[in-house]
Amino acid sequence: MKVIIAAGTPGAGKTAVLLNTIKQVRKQHQVAVVKIDCLYTEDHIRFFSIGVPALLGLSKDMCPDHYTIFNTGEMIEFAEKHKAEMLVIETAGLCHRCAPYTSNSLGVCVIDATTGPNTPLKVGPFLSTANTVVITKGDVISQAEREIFRERVLEMNPSCRIIEANGLTGKGATELAACFEDAAEFSYDEERLRHNAPFSICTLCVGETRVHQQFHRGVIRHLNGVQEYLGE
Amino acid sequence: MIQSISILAGKNKVGLAERFSEIHIDAGEIIGIVGPTGSGKSALIEDIEQLAQRDTTSSRQILLNGKVPDADLRFDPKKKLVAQLSQNMNFLADMTVDEFLRLHAKCRGKDSLLSEKVIYYANSLTGEPIRKDMNLTVLSGGQSRSLMVADVAFISDSPVVLIDEIENAGIKKHEALELLSGNGKIILVVTHDPVLALLTQRRLVMRKGGVEKILTTTEDEKRLSVYLNQVDRELFTIREQVRHGEEISLEASSVASVTENIIG
Repeated sequence: MKVIIAAGTPGAGKTAVLLNTIKQVRKQHQVAVVKIDCLYTEDHIRFFSIGVPALLGLSKDMCPDHYTIFNTGEMIEFAEKHKAEMLVIETAGLCHRCAPYTSNSLGVCVIDATTGPNTPLKVGPFLSTANTVVITKGDVISQAEREIFRERVLEMNPSCRIIEANGLTGKGATELAACFEDAAEFSYDEERLRHNAPFSICTLCVGETRVHQQFHRGVIRHLNGVQEYLGE
Repeated sequence: MIQSISILAGKNKVGLAERFSEIHIDAGEIIGIVGPTGSGKSALIEDIEQLAQRDTTSSRQILLNGKVPDADLRFDPKKKLVAQLSQNMNFLADMTVDEFLRLHAKCRGKDSLLSEKVIYYANSLTGEPIRKDMNLTVLSGGQSRSLMVADVAFISDSPVVLIDEIENAGIKKHEALELLSGNGKIILVVTHDPVLALLTQRRLVMRKGGVEKILTTTEDEKRLSVYLNQVDRELFTIREQVRHGEEISLEASSVASVTENIIG
């Protein structure tokens, strides 16, 4: 099975781009989709409506990327049940610190060009470790800004394939479909993350709500950049 | 260098072969693309942009200089063939005109002094002067479009320029096309504005996802184009007079044809 993991900033157009691409891919392959979000989404219904088996996962109190990684096996089972040759996982990806891509999946980063030329420098590993970077909404900014944005993406990820897409018209879908086809075979037993998740485990992660610094323990980092372990 | 692009026929949305075998376009040529919404204009442009090799829904093939292009031309984003200009585009970057143009020039590996040249030529297309210390986000539609045209002419390397519906842009259209084609670029204009459409040498008529026919601009149309361009220029002048709070005089020499037709 081929596994495609799509990450991107909220509202960048991940679902629209994936819908257009899946419409092309499913002419030749059985596709299943898993949509991960944090609290609420109706996006999975959009996948149902084009006739693709789709599963929704809400991460609630768990970090959505960690949730995606933890549940990879269950998602594969879902895809196998539907005899899918391709599993597309749309992640929620919010803090930009994790990258959910694994060694043999196709990592697709969807990024919105209207968020300004510094965005590629801010978003971290989900851009820098992606195989394919899909730039959306380029049709509403000038050619010059598109070229600056593209250059910044390449600064962060020199070997990526860039696709300029439009979720509304379907532009870029054929190109992205070709990338799906070229993805490697996924092997659940052997997969590893391309980029480690953050080290910082602190008391906030396990439910602390008090703000004062005296109540916090764990691997923490100060405003001045000093990182330390507080605790026993 | 790209001297020409060729479009080899594919099929339309209902699977019928397009009724031409090859459309050959030379550098410096201006080609119109016309047809209603959904007729396949965007797909045609996308084929050119992606250098389709019978692998898109239209099955068209695009050749460069008469040959199948190298794979790296297709996939290296820095070598993208098509630069685009459209009515919907805005400048969103929060910086001055000069800072922005220098940044763009740097990204393209060009001399940052090009900024001055771009501003100079942009000012030849718009009635409202653009200064280099202005913030991009305060530019009017006409100023933005002029700057985009001049930027594409001198900083973007793309040999093909796609102009999509810029009829109400408030810029000197004829001069804008001349500036772009003068730099040896192939220009594709998607438009139903007769001023622009008749300035082209040929028009591709789209229907049901395919090229239905190819019209070569006739002598009659060329004469009409000269007249329409004059009208367009006069409209531009009057618009600037209105903008500057002037009273419009019918006797003014700048609006000769209006004067002729209204007061005889």
